[in-house]
Amino acid sequence: MHTAPSNSKNNGFLVGLLLLPALMVGVAYAAVPLYQLFCQVTGYGGTTQIADQNNTAIPVLDREIKVFFTSSTHRDMPWEFKPVQASQTLKIGEQGLAFYEAYNPTDQVIKGTASFNVTPHKAGSYFMKIDCFCFTEQILQPGERVQMPVTYYIDPEIVEDDGLNDVTDMSLSYTFFLLEDEK
Amino acid sequence: MADTIATNADHHEEHPTGWVRWVYSTNHKDIGTLYLIFAVFAGLVGGFFSFLMRWELAEPGVQVLTALTGDNADAAYHLFNVLVTAHGLIMVFFMVMPAMIGGFGNWFVPIMIGAPDMAFPRMNNVSFWLLPPAFMLLFLSMFVEGPAGFNGVGGGWTMYAPLSTKGAPGPAVDLAILSLHVAGASSILGAVNFITTIFNMRAPGMTLHKMPLFAWAVLITAFLLLLSLPVLAGAITMLLTDRNFGTAFFDPAGGGDPILFQHLFWFFGHPEVYILILPGFGIVSHIISTFSRKPIFGYLGMVYAMVAIGFIGFIVWAHHMYTVGLDVDVKAYFVAATMVIAVPTGVKIFSWIATMWGGSIRFTTPMLFSIGFIALFTIGGVTGVVLSNAGADQAMHDTYYVVAHFHYVLSLGAVFAIFAGFYYWIGKMSGRQYPELWGKIHFWVMFIGVNLIFFPQHFLGLQGMPRRYVDYPDQYEYYNYISSVGALITLLSVVIFMFVVWRTLRAGEKCPDNPWGEGATTLEWTLSSPPPFHQFNDLPRIK
Repeated sequence: MHTAPSNSKNNGFLVGLLLLPALMVGVAYAAVPLYQLFCQVTGYGGTTQIADQNNTAIPVLDREIKVFFTSSTHRDMPWEFKPVQASQTLKIGEQGLAFYEAYNPTDQVIKGTASFNVTPHKAGSYFMKIDCFCFTEQILQPGERVQMPVTYYIDPEIVEDDGLNDVTDMSLSYTFFLLEDEK
Repeated sequence: MADTIATNADHHEEHPTGWVRWVYSTNHKDIGTLYLIFAVFAGLVGGFFSFLMRWELAEPGVQVLTALTGDNADAAYHLFNVLVTAHGLIMVFFMVMPAMIGGFGNWFVPIMIGAPDMAFPRMNNVSFWLLPPAFMLLFLSMFVEGPAGFNGVGGGWTMYAPLSTKGAPGPAVDLAILSLHVAGASSILGAVNFITTIFNMRAPGMTLHKMPLFAWAVLITAFLLLLSLPVLAGAITMLLTDRNFGTAFFDPAGGGDPILFQHLFWFFGHPEVYILILPGFGIVSHIISTFSRKPIFGYLGMVYAMVAIGFIGFIVWAHHMYTVGLDVDVKAYFVAATMVIAVPTGVKIFSWIATMWGGSIRFTTPMLFSIGFIALFTIGGVTGVVLSNAGADQAMHDTYYVVAHFHYVLSLGAVFAIFAGFYYWIGKMSGRQYPELWGKIHFWVMFIGVNLIFFPQHFLGLQGMPRRYVDYPDQYEYYNYISSVGALITLLSVVIFMFVVWRTLRAGEKCPDNPWGEGATTLEWTLSSPPPFHQFNDLPRIK
């Protein structure tokens, strides 16, 4: 019986071809940070943008946008969490200040963090946050009630995107999640 | 093409016998046989699950599955989801893939390219013997707790988070994930084996552009497996760590995103559907050519159409996710890219028809299954173009229209190709020819049965009936009843198939080396039926 014509050549193929799936597993894991980066850069799925605080020369345009505020909490999160104002109307480029109120009805110190997005999703890349309680973890003492600010503006470049000509209002929503202490 | 006489000389090495021959086997033909037997068994299990579902759906209300759960309605609802999940996973990973790639691939790729065996015979053995434990893990998952209080995985073969993470804390999902890991490892080893065999072990003169289309199909399929399965493995490993080790890849509470799982899953899932169908394309090409007594029309076009389908298959995944809130421009891209697949697929369909055109056609059972494949696959392809439109899909997403679509391309496409391959090659594999009349009866009963199941599901989908539900409003009863009658007829066709297998192996006529005449030009027809335990002691030369 013939042996395979070139066993060493076959073994080279084996190693090379097994590297390919190993590489693809790496690609799958690399997708996790890349996907987050992609969402932040493109505003994909309504991911809002963080404004450069030093940029003060933002023109204020004549077009108005109405921003609605909504809130929710994860089912494990005992806080009560509501927007203080239902909506704000402001000119594009104008800086807005909105408040959300959180209340910890339990007798324990609870740490939370908020995730956020904007609908319509396509507006996410033009919703600029200057400062937001969602940038950091929040800690509420038992029974504590706080008002948390968001400062934001709508990027004037929105008028140059024809896909957003139909957008007259946006909704900014937050969901608070319980952060478990790792002890 | 082949001007070679294979040697059937006596062999010097001893033949293992009894169970050792099968369990320790390193022979590509024996391993191929094991794969085929395994696929038939898994197909019967998966088919039985689908029959249970159709039985339940024959009438509105929940009456069949409750009998299995002791009148516990909630358990019956969950059982339906478990059946949906198991049916999908079994048919994809334990029926179609083992039959096409492991079964026919192992049997005929080495012979078609003039090789004595696969490149790594022991690894071939490992590939096969990983499958039964994988199947057992999946089967086991149906009997341990998934969601609190219920047994089994009910999240569908897609296993979207968070239903598969937070929604099912019991160990059933872990077992299913492990099952897929093992089955995936089996497929990756098999794919490496095929690529090495095809690149390194072709007979002298067998250039890539002379290689039979089935070998090409398996080569492309193997590359798709190598590139896509590890992404699934990565995604389900993330599920596993999210479930058990506190990571938050798909958990928004920890900064993850469940949509990412869908992206990863479909980056695997879309190439996977081409993995299921490409070897079928190869099988059908051989059969159409054989029974039209003509070489395949546009050989190079056929090869590169498969290459193109394989490549484009990797860049269309988000058409499964039109409803997750993609940007309109992103959707426009995926619509266009998806529709482009219709071009190489059309090249193949028209080339098959052009092969038949003016040919001396014989309507044997494998030819009937192949022509049935072309007709039904084309129907499934057309509904696929309908669904590729993001706007239309918004309405039809997760309805029975989608179920009808992918069963037309897979259940009626891939499975018809498998049966075509079975009838085409059973004489070669077993040395005994199948009974032609019973083969034709099997074809017609099955053709009527499966069309009766799935054609009405288009109407159900357009009327808005969602998939993966155990019950439905009365308005959907009419077509559901027809569909379930079709399932009964298909069940009958399975019984006929089992009879054909029994009859062939027990009392089939002796099969000559080449039962099909001058149309059958590939190397397997130069060997005896069944081929010698080791073929090509002297390598054939291809002119």
